[in-house]
Amino acid sequence: MDIAIIGTGLKPFGRHDGMGAIEMGVSAARAALDDAGLSWAEIQLAFSGSLEILQPDTMIQHLGLTGIPFTTLYNGCATGGNLLLSAAHAITAGAGDIAIAVGIDKHPRGAFSVGDTLESIGLGQWYGETGLALNPQYFAMKTRRYMHDHGISEDCLHRTAAKAFINGSRTEHAWRRKAIPYDEIANSSLVCDPLRKYHFCSPSEGAAAVVICRADIAARFGSEPIFLRADVFRTRLYGSFETLSPSTPVKNAPSPSVQASRAAFEMAGIGPDEIDVAQLQDTEAGHEIMHMAECGFCADGEQEKLVFDGETSIDGRIPINTDGGLLANGEPIGASGLRQIHEACLQLRGRAGRHQVPGNPSTAFTHVYGFPGVSCVTVLST
Amino acid sequence: MTTPTQRIPISANLFAGSLDSPRLLGSRCQACGETTFPAQEGCPSCTSQKCEPIPLSPRGTLWTWTIQRFPPPHPYAGDAENFAPYGVGYIELPEGVRIEARLSVSDPDRLEIGMEMELALEAFGRDEEGREIVTFAFRPLMGSDENGSQ
Repeated sequence: MDIAIIGTGLKPFGRHDGMGAIEMGVSAARAALDDAGLSWAEIQLAFSGSLEILQPDTMIQHLGLTGIPFTTLYNGCATGGNLLLSAAHAITAGAGDIAIAVGIDKHPRGAFSVGDTLESIGLGQWYGETGLALNPQYFAMKTRRYMHDHGISEDCLHRTAAKAFINGSRTEHAWRRKAIPYDEIANSSLVCDPLRKYHFCSPSEGAAAVVICRADIAARFGSEPIFLRADVFRTRLYGSFETLSPSTPVKNAPSPSVQASRAAFEMAGIGPDEIDVAQLQDTEAGHEIMHMAECGFCADGEQEKLVFDGETSIDGRIPINTDGGLLANGEPIGASGLRQIHEACLQLRGRAGRHQVPGNPSTAFTHVYGFPGVSCVTVLST
Repeated sequence: MTTPTQRIPISANLFAGSLDSPRLLGSRCQACGETTFPAQEGCPSCTSQKCEPIPLSPRGTLWTWTIQRFPPPHPYAGDAENFAPYGVGYIELPEGVRIEARLSVSDPDRLEIGMEMELALEAFGRDEEGREIVTFAFRPLMGSDENGSQ
Protein backbone atom coordinates (compact mmCIF):
# COMPACT_ATOMS: atom_id res chain seq x y z
CA MET A 1 0.00 0.00 0.00
CA ASP A 2 1.23 3.48 -0.73
CA ILE A 3 -0.29 5.32 2.18
CA ALA A 4 1.43 7.44 4.82
CA ILE A 5 0.15 8.35 8.27
CA ILE A 6 0.98 12.01 8.80
CA GLY A 7 -0.91 12.84 11.97
CA THR A 8 -2.50 11.17 14.99
CA GLY A 9 -4.44 12.57 17.94
CA LEU A 10 -6.32 11.46 21.03
CA LYS A 11 -8.95 12.70 23.38
CA PRO A 12 -7.41 10.51 26.09
CA PHE A 13 -9.57 7.55 27.10
CA GLY A 14 -11.20 7.56 30.52
CA ARG A 15 -14.18 9.39 31.93
CA HIS A 16 -15.10 12.87 30.71
CA ASP A 17 -18.24 13.79 32.61
CA GLY A 18 -19.99 16.74 31.05
CA MET A 19 -18.20 16.37 27.71
CA GLY A 20 -20.12 14.95 24.76
CA ALA A 21 -18.77 12.32 22.43
CA ILE A 22 -18.98 14.63 19.41
CA GLU A 23 -16.92 17.22 21.29
CA MET A 24 -14.34 14.52 22.06
CA GLY A 25 -14.20 13.58 18.40
CA VAL A 26 -13.62 17.19 17.38
CA SER A 27 -10.85 17.42 19.97
CA ALA A 28 -9.10 14.27 18.67
CA ALA A 29 -9.51 15.36 15.05
CA ARG A 30 -7.94 18.77 15.79
CA ALA A 31 -5.06 17.08 17.63
CA ALA A 32 -4.40 14.83 14.61
CA LEU A 33 -4.64 17.80 12.21
CA ASP A 34 -2.19 19.79 14.37
CA ASP A 35 0.17 16.80 14.39
CA ALA A 36 0.01 16.70 10.58
CA GLY A 37 0.36 20.47 10.24
CA LEU A 38 -2.92 20.62 8.34
CA SER A 39 -6.20 22.49 8.66
CA TRP A 40 -9.63 20.86 8.31
CA ALA A 41 -10.08 22.72 5.01
CA GLU A 42 -7.36 20.54 3.49
CA ILE A 43 -9.07 17.24 4.36
CA GLN A 44 -10.71 15.67 1.30
CA LEU A 45 -12.27 12.50 2.76
CA ALA A 46 -13.48 11.66 6.25
CA PHE A 47 -14.55 8.48 8.04
CA SER A 48 -16.05 8.11 11.53
CA GLY A 49 -17.41 5.33 13.72
CA SER A 50 -19.03 4.78 17.11
CA LEU A 51 -21.24 2.35 19.00
CA GLU A 52 -23.15 4.85 21.14
CA ILE A 53 -23.38 7.77 18.70
CA LEU A 54 -25.58 7.03 15.72
CA GLN A 55 -24.10 9.74 13.51
CA PRO A 56 -20.57 10.70 14.55
CA ASP A 57 -20.22 12.48 11.19
CA THR A 58 -22.27 15.32 12.73
CA MET A 59 -18.94 16.54 14.13
CA ILE A 60 -18.50 18.23 10.75
CA GLN A 61 -20.73 21.06 12.03
CA HIS A 62 -17.89 22.01 14.39
CA LEU A 63 -14.95 21.18 12.13
CA GLY A 64 -16.31 23.07 9.15
CA LEU A 65 -18.86 22.47 6.41
CA THR A 66 -16.51 21.98 3.50
CA GLY A 67 -18.76 19.62 1.54
CA ILE A 68 -16.44 16.60 1.63
CA PRO A 69 -17.73 12.99 1.70
CA PHE A 70 -17.93 11.89 5.36
CA THR A 71 -18.62 8.15 5.73
CA THR A 72 -19.79 6.48 8.92
CA LEU A 73 -19.32 2.78 9.62
CA TYR A 74 -19.50 0.38 12.54
CA ASN A 75 -17.79 -3.00 12.91
CA GLY A 76 -17.89 -3.72 16.64
CA CYS A 77 -14.53 -3.59 18.39
CA ALA A 78 -12.81 -3.60 14.97
CA THR A 79 -14.41 -0.25 14.01
CA GLY A 80 -11.24 1.82 14.45
CA GLY A 81 -9.27 -0.61 12.33
CA ASN A 82 -11.81 -0.50 9.54
CA LEU A 83 -11.99 3.32 9.65
CA LEU A 84 -8.30 3.51 8.80
CA LEU A 85 -8.57 0.76 6.20
CA SER A 86 -11.57 2.39 4.51
CA ALA A 87 -9.83 5.75 4.39
CA ALA A 88 -6.74 4.10 2.90
CA HIS A 89 -8.81 2.24 0.32
CA ALA A 90 -10.60 5.44 -0.67
CA ILE A 91 -7.26 7.16 -1.35
CA THR A 92 -5.96 4.10 -3.21
CA ALA A 93 -9.10 4.19 -5.35
CA GLY A 94 -8.37 7.77 -6.26
CA ALA A 95 -11.22 9.41 -4.35
CA GLY A 96 -8.81 11.93 -2.80
CA ASP A 97 -5.27 12.46 -1.53
CA ILE A 98 -5.74 13.32 2.15
CA ALA A 99 -8.18 11.64 4.55
CA ILE A 100 -9.02 11.56 8.23
CA ALA A 101 -10.44 8.70 10.32
CA VAL A 102 -12.09 9.58 13.64
CA GLY A 103 -13.41 7.07 16.18
CA ILE A 104 -15.44 8.13 19.21
CA ASP A 105 -17.42 6.57 22.02
CA LYS A 106 -18.93 7.32 25.40
CA HIS A 107 -20.14 4.17 27.13
CA PRO A 108 -22.18 3.96 30.31
CA ARG A 109 -20.40 2.44 33.31
CA GLY A 110 -20.61 -1.33 33.80
CA ALA A 111 -20.57 -4.29 31.43
CA PHE A 112 -21.58 -3.68 27.83
CA SER A 113 -25.27 -4.33 27.21
CA VAL A 114 -26.33 -5.86 23.93
CA GLY A 115 -29.07 -3.25 23.64
CA ASP A 116 -32.83 -3.32 23.86
CA THR A 117 -33.34 -6.05 21.32
CA LEU A 118 -31.08 -8.91 20.39
CA GLU A 119 -32.45 -8.61 16.89
CA SER A 120 -30.15 -5.62 16.39
CA ILE A 121 -27.23 -8.06 16.58
CA GLY A 122 -28.91 -10.89 14.70
CA LEU A 123 -29.82 -13.07 17.70
CA GLY A 124 -33.02 -14.23 19.39
CA GLN A 125 -34.26 -12.29 22.41
CA TRP A 126 -34.22 -15.52 24.49
CA TYR A 127 -30.42 -15.51 24.25
CA GLY A 128 -30.22 -12.28 26.24
CA GLU A 129 -33.14 -13.07 28.51
CA THR A 130 -31.51 -16.32 29.70
CA GLY A 131 -28.20 -14.62 30.50
CA LEU A 132 -26.05 -15.95 27.66
CA ALA A 133 -25.48 -12.73 25.71
CA LEU A 134 -22.38 -11.57 27.57
CA ASN A 135 -18.95 -11.07 26.01
CA PRO A 136 -17.10 -11.77 29.31
CA GLN A 137 -18.49 -15.33 29.28
CA TYR A 138 -17.00 -15.91 25.86
CA PHE A 139 -13.67 -14.36 26.82
CA ALA A 140 -13.57 -16.66 29.85
CA MET A 141 -14.63 -19.80 28.00
CA LYS A 142 -12.22 -19.35 25.11
CA THR A 143 -9.45 -18.60 27.61
CA ARG A 144 -10.26 -21.67 29.72
CA ARG A 145 -10.21 -23.99 26.72
CA TYR A 146 -6.96 -22.44 25.50
CA MET A 147 -5.32 -22.81 28.92
CA HIS A 148 -6.46 -26.46 28.98
CA ASP A 149 -5.17 -27.21 25.47
CA HIS A 150 -1.88 -25.29 25.58
CA GLY A 151 -0.71 -25.35 29.19
CA ILE A 152 -1.21 -21.67 30.02
CA SER A 153 -1.38 -20.98 33.78
CA GLU A 154 -3.29 -18.43 35.81
CA ASP A 155 0.11 -16.95 36.65
CA CYS A 156 0.46 -16.01 32.97
CA LEU A 157 -2.89 -14.15 33.14
CA HIS A 158 -1.79 -12.25 36.27
CA ARG A 159 1.59 -11.32 34.78
CA THR A 160 -0.02 -10.11 31.54
CA ALA A 161 -2.41 -7.85 33.46
CA ALA A 162 0.37 -6.59 35.75
CA LYS A 163 2.45 -5.66 32.69
CA ALA A 164 -0.49 -3.70 31.23
CA PHE A 165 -0.86 -1.61 34.38
CA ILE A 166 2.92 -1.01 34.60
CA ASN A 167 2.78 0.31 31.02
CA GLY A 168 -0.27 2.41 31.89
CA SER A 169 1.59 3.91 34.87
CA ARG A 170 4.30 5.06 32.43
CA THR A 171 1.84 6.58 29.90
CA GLU A 172 0.73 10.14 30.66
CA HIS A 173 -2.52 9.87 28.70
CA ALA A 174 -3.55 6.43 30.05
CA TRP A 175 -6.70 6.08 32.17
CA ARG A 176 -5.42 3.53 34.74
CA ARG A 177 -2.11 4.98 35.88
CA LYS A 178 -1.55 2.83 38.98
CA ALA A 179 0.75 -0.17 38.59
CA ILE A 180 -1.53 -2.74 40.23
CA PRO A 181 0.64 -5.30 42.07
CA TYR A 182 0.58 -8.95 41.02
CA ASP A 183 -0.99 -10.13 44.28
CA GLU A 184 -3.83 -7.62 44.02
CA ILE A 185 -4.58 -8.90 40.51
CA ALA A 186 -4.34 -12.57 41.55
CA ASN A 187 -6.64 -11.98 44.54
CA SER A 188 -9.17 -9.75 42.79
CA SER A 189 -12.72 -11.07 42.55
CA LEU A 190 -13.69 -13.59 39.90
CA VAL A 191 -15.90 -12.08 37.17
CA CYS A 192 -16.25 -15.07 34.84
CA ASP A 193 -13.95 -17.91 35.91
CA PRO A 194 -11.00 -18.08 35.34
CA LEU A 195 -10.96 -14.34 34.61
CA ARG A 196 -10.84 -11.83 37.46
CA LYS A 197 -11.64 -8.16 37.86
CA TYR A 198 -8.14 -6.89 37.02
CA HIS A 199 -7.81 -9.19 34.02
CA PHE A 200 -10.56 -7.20 32.26
CA CYS A 201 -10.73 -3.84 30.52
CA SER A 202 -13.67 -1.54 31.20
CA PRO A 203 -15.88 0.40 28.83
CA SER A 204 -14.71 4.03 28.81
CA GLU A 205 -14.96 7.29 26.86
CA GLY A 206 -12.66 8.95 24.40
CA ALA A 207 -11.75 9.60 20.79
CA ALA A 208 -8.85 8.98 18.44
CA ALA A 209 -8.09 10.33 15.00
CA VAL A 210 -5.57 9.57 12.27
CA VAL A 211 -4.72 11.65 9.18
CA ILE A 212 -3.36 9.83 6.14
CA CYS A 213 -2.29 10.76 2.64
CA ARG A 214 -0.82 9.34 -0.55
CA ALA A 215 2.69 8.22 0.33
CA ASP A 216 4.25 10.14 -2.56
CA ILE A 217 3.02 13.49 -1.23
CA ALA A 218 3.82 12.82 2.45
CA ALA A 219 7.06 14.82 2.30
CA ARG A 220 5.01 18.01 1.73
CA PHE A 221 3.80 17.96 5.29
CA GLY A 222 5.75 18.89 8.36
CA SER A 223 5.34 15.71 10.32
CA GLU A 224 7.47 12.58 10.20
CA PRO A 225 5.42 10.12 8.08
CA ILE A 226 4.79 6.53 9.11
CA PHE A 227 4.04 4.15 6.26
CA LEU A 228 1.10 1.78 6.15
CA ARG A 229 2.71 -1.37 4.76
CA ALA A 230 -0.42 -3.51 5.10
CA ASP A 231 -3.97 -3.08 6.32
CA VAL A 232 -6.30 -6.09 6.25
CA PHE A 233 -9.89 -6.73 7.38
CA ARG A 234 -11.32 -10.26 7.72
CA THR A 235 -14.58 -11.75 9.00
CA ARG A 236 -14.92 -15.20 10.52
CA LEU A 237 -14.87 -18.48 8.69
CA TYR A 238 -17.19 -21.34 9.53
CA GLY A 239 -15.51 -23.17 12.42
CA SER A 240 -13.99 -20.19 14.23
CA PHE A 241 -15.13 -19.88 17.87
CA GLU A 242 -16.61 -16.41 18.29
CA THR A 243 -18.33 -14.30 20.91
CA LEU A 244 -22.13 -14.37 21.28
CA SER A 245 -22.53 -17.72 19.47
CA PRO A 246 -25.49 -19.89 20.56
CA SER A 247 -23.65 -22.75 18.86
CA THR A 248 -20.25 -23.30 17.32
CA PRO A 249 -19.14 -26.16 15.08
CA VAL A 250 -16.70 -28.85 16.19
CA LYS A 251 -15.04 -28.37 12.81
CA ASN A 252 -12.16 -25.96 13.32
CA ALA A 253 -11.07 -22.94 11.25
CA PRO A 254 -8.49 -20.19 11.76
CA SER A 255 -9.84 -17.12 13.56
CA PRO A 256 -10.30 -13.81 11.70
CA SER A 257 -7.24 -12.54 13.60
CA VAL A 258 -5.16 -15.41 12.14
CA GLN A 259 -6.45 -14.78 8.63
CA ALA A 260 -5.96 -11.02 8.77
CA SER A 261 -2.46 -11.27 10.27
CA ARG A 262 -1.21 -13.81 7.76
CA ALA A 263 -2.51 -11.73 4.85
CA ALA A 264 -1.03 -8.53 6.29
CA PHE A 265 2.45 -9.97 6.81
CA GLU A 266 2.38 -11.33 3.29
CA MET A 267 1.22 -8.00 1.87
CA ALA A 268 3.89 -6.09 3.81
CA GLY A 269 6.71 -8.50 3.03
CA ILE A 270 7.59 -8.19 6.72
CA GLY A 271 7.33 -11.17 9.09
CA PRO A 272 6.15 -11.23 12.70
CA ASP A 273 9.76 -11.84 13.80
CA GLU A 274 10.68 -8.47 12.25
CA ILE A 275 8.08 -6.48 14.24
CA ASP A 276 9.57 -4.21 16.93
CA VAL A 277 6.37 -3.29 18.82
CA ALA A 278 2.81 -4.68 18.74
CA GLN A 279 -0.61 -3.51 19.91
CA LEU A 280 -3.01 -6.47 20.31
CA GLN A 281 -6.70 -6.51 21.29
CA ASP A 282 -6.63 -7.17 25.04
CA THR A 283 -10.23 -7.04 26.18
CA GLU A 284 -8.81 -9.17 28.99
CA ALA A 285 -5.49 -10.81 29.74
CA GLY A 286 -6.57 -14.12 28.21
CA HIS A 287 -7.08 -12.60 24.80
CA GLU A 288 -3.76 -10.77 24.77
CA ILE A 289 -2.15 -14.16 25.37
CA MET A 290 -4.20 -15.94 22.69
CA HIS A 291 -3.78 -13.11 20.19
CA MET A 292 0.02 -13.36 20.52
CA ALA A 293 -0.23 -16.76 18.85
CA GLU A 294 -3.15 -15.93 16.52
CA CYS A 295 -1.26 -12.93 15.13
CA GLY A 296 1.87 -15.02 14.56
CA PHE A 297 4.21 -13.80 17.30
CA CYS A 298 4.65 -17.24 18.89
CA ALA A 299 3.36 -20.80 18.76
CA ASP A 300 0.44 -21.88 20.94
CA GLY A 301 1.70 -22.42 24.48
CA GLU A 302 4.93 -20.46 24.10
CA GLN A 303 3.28 -17.47 25.78
CA GLU A 304 3.79 -19.03 29.21
CA LYS A 305 7.58 -18.68 29.00
CA LEU A 306 7.59 -15.45 26.98
CA VAL A 307 5.41 -13.70 29.54
CA PHE A 308 7.29 -15.20 32.51
CA ASP A 309 10.56 -13.98 31.01
CA GLY A 310 9.17 -10.47 30.50
CA GLU A 311 9.56 -10.62 26.72
CA THR A 312 6.25 -8.74 26.18
CA SER A 313 7.32 -5.84 28.43
CA ILE A 314 8.47 -2.50 27.01
CA ASP A 315 12.11 -3.62 27.21
CA GLY A 316 11.38 -7.20 26.09
CA ARG A 317 11.92 -8.90 22.75
CA ILE A 318 8.35 -8.27 21.51
CA PRO A 319 6.83 -5.38 23.48
CA ILE A 320 3.01 -5.64 23.50
CA ASN A 321 0.47 -2.95 24.37
CA THR A 322 3.08 -0.40 25.32
CA ASP A 323 0.55 2.23 26.44
CA GLY A 324 -1.20 -0.30 28.70
CA GLY A 325 -3.63 -1.40 25.99
CA LEU A 326 -7.31 -1.77 26.69
CA LEU A 327 -6.65 -2.80 30.29
CA ALA A 328 -5.11 0.57 31.16
CA ASN A 329 -7.11 2.72 28.70
CA GLY A 330 -10.52 1.10 28.68
CA GLU A 331 -12.40 0.57 25.46
CA PRO A 332 -14.40 3.31 23.76
CA ILE A 333 -15.31 0.86 21.00
CA GLY A 334 -15.35 3.23 18.03
CA ALA A 335 -12.00 4.79 18.98
CA SER A 336 -9.98 1.87 20.28
CA GLY A 337 -8.37 0.73 17.04
CA LEU A 338 -7.17 4.25 16.23
CA ARG A 339 -5.68 4.57 19.73
CA GLN A 340 -3.47 1.64 18.75
CA ILE A 341 -2.38 3.50 15.59
CA HIS A 342 -1.63 6.59 17.69
CA GLU A 343 0.52 4.53 20.05
CA ALA A 344 2.31 2.70 17.23
CA CYS A 345 3.17 6.04 15.60
CA LEU A 346 4.42 7.51 18.89
CA GLN A 347 6.72 4.49 19.20
CA LEU A 348 7.99 4.64 15.62
CA ARG A 349 8.64 8.38 15.87
CA GLY A 350 10.45 7.91 19.18
CA ARG A 351 8.01 10.20 20.98
CA ALA A 352 6.56 7.81 23.58
CA GLY A 353 8.47 9.24 26.54
CA ARG A 354 8.48 6.96 29.59
CA HIS A 355 6.75 4.14 27.68
CA GLN A 356 9.12 4.34 24.70
CA VAL A 357 10.46 1.01 23.44
CA PRO A 358 14.27 1.26 23.42
CA GLY A 359 16.42 0.77 20.31
CA ASN A 360 14.57 3.01 17.79
CA PRO A 361 11.79 0.64 16.72
CA SER A 362 11.14 0.85 12.97
CA THR A 363 8.24 -1.63 12.50
CA ALA A 364 4.92 -1.92 14.31
CA PHE A 365 1.80 -4.09 14.23
CA THR A 366 -1.75 -3.31 15.38
CA HIS A 367 -4.68 -5.69 15.81
CA VAL A 368 -8.33 -5.31 16.76
CA TYR A 369 -10.88 -8.08 17.11
CA GLY A 370 -14.60 -7.92 17.78
CA PHE A 371 -18.15 -9.18 17.34
CA PRO A 372 -19.38 -10.92 15.22
CA GLY A 373 -15.92 -12.36 14.48
CA VAL A 374 -14.13 -9.48 12.75
CA SER A 375 -10.51 -8.43 12.83
CA CYS A 376 -8.43 -5.61 11.35
CA VAL A 377 -4.65 -5.55 11.49
CA THR A 378 -1.97 -3.20 10.20
CA VAL A 379 1.75 -3.41 9.62
CA LEU A 380 3.49 -0.03 9.91
CA SER A 381 7.05 1.11 9.36
CA THR A 382 9.16 4.26 9.45
CA MET B 1 -55.48 -34.43 42.46
CA THR B 2 -53.31 -31.51 41.49
CA THR B 3 -53.17 -30.23 37.98
CA PRO B 4 -49.66 -30.39 36.55
CA THR B 5 -48.23 -26.93 35.96
CA GLN B 6 -48.30 -25.95 32.34
CA ARG B 7 -44.89 -25.21 30.90
CA ILE B 8 -43.99 -23.08 27.91
CA PRO B 9 -40.60 -22.57 26.28
CA ILE B 10 -38.96 -19.15 26.61
CA SER B 11 -38.88 -19.01 22.83
CA ALA B 12 -40.61 -20.92 20.08
CA ASN B 13 -38.36 -23.01 17.82
CA LEU B 14 -35.77 -23.86 20.49
CA PHE B 15 -37.23 -27.29 21.24
CA ALA B 16 -38.27 -30.22 19.06
CA GLY B 17 -41.54 -31.88 20.04
CA SER B 18 -42.87 -32.10 23.59
CA LEU B 19 -41.21 -30.61 26.66
CA ASP B 20 -41.92 -33.93 28.46
CA SER B 21 -38.90 -35.46 26.76
CA PRO B 22 -37.05 -32.34 25.68
CA ARG B 23 -34.72 -32.21 22.71
CA LEU B 24 -33.20 -29.09 21.21
CA LEU B 25 -34.14 -28.27 17.62
CA GLY B 26 -31.16 -27.76 15.34
CA SER B 27 -30.77 -27.88 11.59
CA ARG B 28 -28.61 -30.05 9.36
CA CYS B 29 -27.45 -29.04 5.93
CA GLN B 30 -28.57 -31.53 3.30
CA ALA B 31 -25.61 -30.51 1.14
CA CYS B 32 -22.63 -30.59 3.52
CA GLY B 33 -24.01 -32.27 6.66
CA GLU B 34 -23.05 -29.53 9.12
CA THR B 35 -25.37 -28.89 12.08
CA THR B 36 -26.40 -25.51 13.49
CA PHE B 37 -28.41 -24.38 16.52
CA PRO B 38 -30.90 -22.68 16.60
CA ALA B 39 -32.28 -24.07 13.35
CA GLN B 40 -31.82 -21.91 10.25
CA GLU B 41 -32.48 -22.33 6.56
CA GLY B 42 -29.22 -21.10 5.09
CA CYS B 43 -26.03 -23.05 5.74
CA PRO B 44 -23.25 -21.03 7.39
CA SER B 45 -20.70 -23.61 6.23
CA CYS B 46 -21.35 -24.24 2.52
CA THR B 47 -23.83 -21.40 1.70
CA SER B 48 -26.58 -23.80 0.55
CA GLN B 49 -30.22 -23.08 1.43
CA LYS B 50 -30.99 -26.70 2.16
CA CYS B 51 -30.91 -26.99 5.96
CA GLU B 52 -33.60 -29.22 7.50
CA PRO B 53 -34.68 -29.12 11.15
CA ILE B 54 -33.49 -32.04 13.31
CA PRO B 55 -33.82 -32.89 17.00
CA LEU B 56 -30.37 -32.78 18.64
CA SER B 57 -28.89 -35.41 20.95
CA PRO B 58 -29.68 -34.70 24.59
CA ARG B 59 -26.23 -35.83 25.73
CA GLY B 60 -22.73 -34.54 25.10
CA THR B 61 -19.48 -33.52 26.74
CA LEU B 62 -18.44 -30.25 28.34
CA TRP B 63 -16.06 -28.46 25.94
CA THR B 64 -15.49 -25.33 28.04
CA TRP B 65 -17.25 -23.50 30.86
CA THR B 66 -17.32 -20.45 33.12
CA ILE B 67 -19.32 -19.13 36.05
CA GLN B 68 -21.33 -15.93 35.45
CA ARG B 69 -20.70 -14.05 38.71
CA PHE B 70 -22.41 -10.68 38.12
CA PRO B 71 -26.04 -9.99 37.24
CA PRO B 72 -26.32 -9.63 33.46
CA PRO B 73 -27.53 -6.26 32.13
CA HIS B 74 -30.73 -5.72 30.17
CA PRO B 75 -32.49 -7.76 28.72
CA TYR B 76 -31.78 -10.45 31.36
CA ALA B 77 -35.11 -11.93 32.50
CA GLY B 78 -33.76 -13.81 35.54
CA ASP B 79 -33.87 -12.53 39.10
CA ALA B 80 -31.14 -9.88 39.04
CA GLU B 81 -31.97 -8.57 42.54
CA ASN B 82 -31.46 -11.90 44.29
CA PHE B 83 -28.78 -12.85 41.83
CA ALA B 84 -26.98 -16.16 42.25
CA PRO B 85 -24.01 -17.04 40.04
CA TYR B 86 -24.71 -19.63 37.37
CA GLY B 87 -22.63 -21.86 35.17
CA VAL B 88 -22.38 -21.44 31.40
CA GLY B 89 -20.71 -23.84 29.03
CA TYR B 90 -20.48 -25.24 25.53
CA ILE B 91 -21.61 -28.86 25.26
CA GLU B 92 -20.22 -30.86 22.37
CA LEU B 93 -22.87 -33.08 20.76
CA PRO B 94 -22.34 -36.10 18.50
CA GLU B 95 -23.80 -34.09 15.58
CA GLY B 96 -20.55 -32.09 15.43
CA VAL B 97 -21.89 -28.96 17.05
CA ARG B 98 -21.25 -27.34 20.43
CA ILE B 99 -24.26 -25.77 22.13
CA GLU B 100 -23.93 -22.84 24.52
CA ALA B 101 -26.12 -23.33 27.58
CA ARG B 102 -26.69 -22.51 31.20
CA LEU B 103 -25.40 -25.27 33.45
CA SER B 104 -27.30 -26.72 36.41
CA VAL B 105 -24.05 -26.55 38.39
CA SER B 106 -22.42 -23.31 39.54
CA ASP B 107 -19.72 -24.85 41.76
CA PRO B 108 -16.42 -24.75 39.83
CA ASP B 109 -15.20 -27.82 41.71
CA ARG B 110 -17.95 -29.86 40.07
CA LEU B 111 -17.16 -28.82 36.50
CA GLU B 112 -14.44 -30.27 34.34
CA ILE B 113 -13.70 -30.14 30.62
CA GLY B 114 -14.68 -33.45 29.01
CA MET B 115 -17.31 -34.47 31.58
CA GLU B 116 -20.55 -35.99 30.30
CA MET B 117 -23.61 -33.75 30.35
CA GLU B 118 -27.30 -34.13 29.59
CA LEU B 119 -30.07 -31.76 28.60
CA ALA B 120 -32.41 -30.49 31.31
CA LEU B 121 -35.11 -27.87 31.59
CA GLU B 122 -34.63 -24.85 33.82
CA ALA B 123 -37.53 -22.80 35.16
CA PHE B 124 -37.30 -19.13 34.23
CA GLY B 125 -40.27 -17.40 35.89
CA ARG B 126 -43.96 -17.47 34.93
CA ASP B 127 -46.04 -15.75 32.28
CA GLU B 128 -49.24 -13.73 32.94
CA GLU B 129 -51.33 -16.92 32.88
CA GLY B 130 -49.22 -18.57 35.58
CA ARG B 131 -47.55 -20.96 33.20
CA GLU B 132 -43.97 -21.88 33.99
CA ILE B 133 -41.49 -20.50 31.46
CA VAL B 134 -38.62 -22.87 30.80
CA THR B 135 -35.32 -22.68 29.01
CA PHE B 136 -32.72 -25.35 28.33
CA ALA B 137 -29.71 -26.15 30.48
CA PHE B 138 -27.22 -28.98 30.74
CA ARG B 139 -26.40 -30.95 33.90
CA PRO B 140 -23.72 -33.50 34.77
CA LEU B 141 -24.93 -36.88 33.51
CA MET B 142 -24.53 -38.92 36.70
CA GLY B 143 -24.34 -36.16 39.28
CA SER B 144 -27.00 -34.97 41.68
CA ASP B 145 -28.87 -31.85 40.73
CA GLU B 146 -28.53 -28.99 43.15
CA ASN B 147 -29.80 -25.93 41.43
CA GLY B 148 -33.42 -26.56 40.73
CA SER B 149 -33.25 -28.01 37.25
CA GLN B 150 -35.47 -30.92 36.50
